[in-house]
Amino acid sequence: MSTHDLSGPGLRLDRLPRRRRVNHVMEGFAWLAAAIAIAILGIVVWSVASKGWSELNLDLVTKSPIPFSLTNAPQGLANAFAGTIVIVGLATLMALPVGILVAVYLNEFAPPAIRNGVGLVLDVLAGVPAIVVGIFVFVLLVSGSGQSGIKGAFALAILMLPFVARATIEVLVLVPNSLREASLGLGVPQWRTTLSIVLPRAIGGIVTGTVLAVARVAGETAPLLFTSSVVGTQTHWDPSQALQTIPVAIFELSESADPKDHARAWAAGFILLVFILFASLTARWLATRNARKIAGR
Amino acid sequence: MSAADATAGTTRRPFTGRRVRFGDVVLQLVAGAAALGATVLVGLIVWKLVDGSHLALSKYGLGFVTRVAWNPVVGHELYGAGSFLFGTVITSFFALLLATPFAIGVALFLTELAPRALQAPVTALVETLAAVPSVLIGLWGILVLGPALRTHIEPWLHSALGFIPLFGPPSAAGASIFTAIIVLAIMILPIVASISRELFRGVPSELKEGALALGTTRWEMVRGVVFPYARGGIAAALILGLGRAMGEAIAVTQVIGGGVFIHWSIFSTGDTLGSKIAASYQGASTNLQAASLIYLGLVLLVLSLVANIAAQWIVRRVARRHGVTRGGHA
Repeated sequence: MSTHDLSGPGLRLDRLPRRRRVNHVMEGFAWLAAAIAIAILGIVVWSVASKGWSELNLDLVTKSPIPFSLTNAPQGLANAFAGTIVIVGLATLMALPVGILVAVYLNEFAPPAIRNGVGLVLDVLAGVPAIVVGIFVFVLLVSGSGQSGIKGAFALAILMLPFVARATIEVLVLVPNSLREASLGLGVPQWRTTLSIVLPRAIGGIVTGTVLAVARVAGETAPLLFTSSVVGTQTHWDPSQALQTIPVAIFELSESADPKDHARAWAAGFILLVFILFASLTARWLATRNARKIAGR
Repeated sequence: MSAADATAGTTRRPFTGRRVRFGDVVLQLVAGAAALGATVLVGLIVWKLVDGSHLALSKYGLGFVTRVAWNPVVGHELYGAGSFLFGTVITSFFALLLATPFAIGVALFLTELAPRALQAPVTALVETLAAVPSVLIGLWGILVLGPALRTHIEPWLHSALGFIPLFGPPSAAGASIFTAIIVLAIMILPIVASISRELFRGVPSELKEGALALGTTRWEMVRGVVFPYARGGIAAALILGLGRAMGEAIAVTQVIGGGVFIHWSIFSTGDTLGSKIAASYQGASTNLQAASLIYLGLVLLVLSLVANIAAQWIVRRVARRHGVTRGGHA
């Protein structure tokens, strides 16, 4: 911290014009960097929206794809929409209770050493590449017995778990200790204090974290490639068989040579993107409101 | 147990502070089991990848990691991770190199320059960029960015800087390592930017004001106070970004084009560990090939674990020294 010498020749007054120029260049670059980041988002969103718009019709969500079609009959990606709803729903059912329990244990029960240790594990788990999670579930469950929607959901749940746990810990920390102490002081056991005082207070933040986690995994392709991707074209809702999903469908269509496939990929991508952006912006808005409410300010 | 039971129990027997309550034990056991499960899961991931790749592990040993080969023809089978490891290192390194100045610039803009009215919306937009799914960035990369780079940027860079082997002749296919680098840079920019922003925010304002009061320009203040103060955290942010770039499979698969060779030109096609695995999802023809693909996953897992643990270690050390809040999710 003290290694940088502020009293050096850098502060000489006779070089002030030059120093000001450097400062202007650097400030200009920072403005430019922010503008570029936003421009990239704008270009990507605009590309998806403008190219997806023409193919955006009811057939996309109500009609199944036609295999090897040479006809111009309308086809959609209904199977992918059904599959994404089932798989993401199941993944949330798996990850949410476990994630909340992990957070409750770490914040309410665990001694500091375990808290730090498992906290590190959660960060490491969050850093495991999604494709590796896909391969892991392939070796653990798919190899030998085949793919299914529920195995895909399990892979997504692994990605959701650290996310939900971290989000829950962050709100549990905000719940004032005076609430816990008041409850315990009245003779309420700790388990009841946790379940009926602490968690209800944190529920808003948990919902926000869950919405963010759902938005994140709804667009995940990699964990599903090896667990739920070998599918037919019929639309079904049965998680014991492999289900098509929107991200996997986009991935496959993007590698096709047929421009009509690209159009469907853009359209499905547009719906996915609108869902994800809507969910994350709503969650952000809720989060700022909740943080104030939880702390009782 | 109903609320009435709990109340009745506590009114009859005054709280002694030592009585073990059944409900407490159950909740602690269940919640503790969940935490233990998460820990076991990480171990299980490592073990299952070792288990799944043992055919290739026992046949090739560690030589697999550096060998440049991927020949699935039965009878001539030979596999190695060399070219994919090279592709992973070169794409993620250049992506980080490209993204870092912009990410730091965005973070400085948000903490030092932006008018108050711009701060919240720009933060939200930058984080929205991080929320765009990789398959959509890849779709845009293959259909919009790739063709644009091939017709405009690549020939120009080749003619201007072609004497450097990195900038070889553009490939005919449109897919290239260069496109993958740009796509990865776009994906890690918001991550590095948001962690850096948290770090810069943690710099005590009295230090910054002190420097400005000494007559520094704003940039001299950033260079003399903000950067040295946040140095450790920035290193961690960059390592996390690098780990993220190495692990990204989908978008890279869509734009990189594939191929088993080490080529110095970033305009040629290639493959990374992640993209080779993702591109082979429709199945392997032999058990040895399947085991080799899982071995690739194991190499990728080790790389990302090393990066993540190093970053977390730095973050925790810096947090202890400064008392700064943790910067973002890994």
